[in-house]
Amino acid sequence: MATDAVVVERRAGAGWSRAGGDLARGVATAYLSLVVLLPLAALVWSARGSGLAEFWHQATAPEAVAALELTLGLAAVCALVNAVAGTATAWVLVRDRFPGKGLVDAVIDLPFALPTIVAGLTLLALYGPGSPFGVDVAFTRLGILLALLFVTLPFVVRAVQPVLLELDEEMEEAAASLGARPVGVFRRIVFPNLLPAVLSGVALAFARAVGEFGAVVLISGNVPYKTEVSSVYIFGQLQSGNGSGAAAVSVLLLAIALGVLLAIGGFRRWRTRYDRV
Amino acid sequence: MSRYVLRFGVLGYVALVLLVPVGFVFYRAFEHGFAHAWQAVTTPEALHALALTLLIAAIAVPVNTIVGVILALALVRGRFAGRGVLNAVVDLPLAISPVIVGLGLVLLYGRGGWLGGLADSGLKILFALPGMVLATMFVSMPFVVREVVPVLREIGIEQEQAAETLGAAPFQVFRRITFPAIRGAVAYGVVLTTARAIGEFGAVSAVSGNVEGKTQTLPLYVKAQFDGFDTSGAYAASVVLALIAIAVVVSLRVLQPKEH
Repeated sequence: MATDAVVVERRAGAGWSRAGGDLARGVATAYLSLVVLLPLAALVWSARGSGLAEFWHQATAPEAVAALELTLGLAAVCALVNAVAGTATAWVLVRDRFPGKGLVDAVIDLPFALPTIVAGLTLLALYGPGSPFGVDVAFTRLGILLALLFVTLPFVVRAVQPVLLELDEEMEEAAASLGARPVGVFRRIVFPNLLPAVLSGVALAFARAVGEFGAVVLISGNVPYKTEVSSVYIFGQLQSGNGSGAAAVSVLLLAIALGVLLAIGGFRRWRTRYDRV
Repeated sequence: MSRYVLRFGVLGYVALVLLVPVGFVFYRAFEHGFAHAWQAVTTPEALHALALTLLIAAIAVPVNTIVGVILALALVRGRFAGRGVLNAVVDLPLAISPVIVGLGLVLLYGRGGWLGGLADSGLKILFALPGMVLATMFVSMPFVVREVVPVLREIGIEQEQAAETLGAAPFQVFRRITFPAIRGAVAYGVVLTTARAIGEFGAVSAVSGNVEGKTQTLPLYVKAQFDGFDTSGAYAASVVLALIAIAVVVSLRVLQPKEH
């Protein structure tokens, strides 16, 4: 790892002065502590509140557990659909050619830019009561899934697209010329190369689906035990003055978010290891 | 054959989940004519909500841009214990539910919270502008950092070192060498930050108190109108937000680095 040592040495003597570096680090740490870490610490502290037993009691209240199960189940389905649809979309955008492709490519970013409450309203207008298609999924789990699919649509596409662009088609041609069928080429050549990117995108989509609030709140109807997801449950507890109950469930979601981030870090390292080989 | 199945499958999915719903909101907003929609979106409450939304973005976006660049420099060029932790913290807002962000702020600045005393001494954070700005800064923090970090990695430090050897002061190096190289990435990050800042719903609604004409942003206004059965007001305000989103998507296209 001689090259690594050189890089480290260069970084140490980087082109900006040591004082500037200290200042930047101080500003960065202070800002993150104040804006991000302090509220989260207050939340964890508040969940711990009157002891572990109380925390566990709040976190495992039947309504909270039902909401969490629904949330995780829907997020898992959403992640799976995204794995397939997102990879297919990325494939079509990179390898296929048709008029209007640039437009479709641009539209993929729309869920990143569109406020979530507007996303929820649009879906309710089209697939709710009074739907021009005669489809009414308002206040059902399918409706929630639809909202989650809307807001998570870009994640897998945008993770897979650059990898697919870089992928050398010669490998696939070689495999095909040796008699591999298209499915075999995809399974043996393309898929292993895409896998880390697909997993990163799926993990981000899963995290987003677990925490989504704005897009879901209108279409779900928020019926306890039926269509109430965790974020809506937390919001309801907060509104009704049960801050510690809200905090207890939040700590569980926070732990899930941290787990997902760790997994994404792992996928990233996996991808760069592939790059080096 | 399978090529067409895939193509139209994907196009159908994108259309059904994304395009048709967004298009339909435009239809709903304008179905009683443009004048009707214009009237619905120029009520004093709607205009106040729009102004408040823009004000919050005007505070949160510059702060997150400046701190974002500093953070990116610290993450890429710095070498200190805890850099990995800092890196992970930057990603947190991407993975956390916005409701949790709002709840954390309420528990921190609310009655009995660690900083709950601020309200008694006259600095109102919750149900006021500062809380809404803090919530917005939290959720829109990662975008500039995440855009700038890979570019800083790529450009390396040779040019900066050269400038330094020739006697440039640190700030001069930043202004003349570093900043021009990351300008595109910063712009891209600013657009994403703005989009998130304008559209945030969950975190802001937890801390705002949602008082019409006072602490109601445009996304909160959409929800309130919908709940109050003023659907034309909700659709008209949604169209304003959707137009901003479309402007964002177009700017992202324009700013996108042309690699291929």
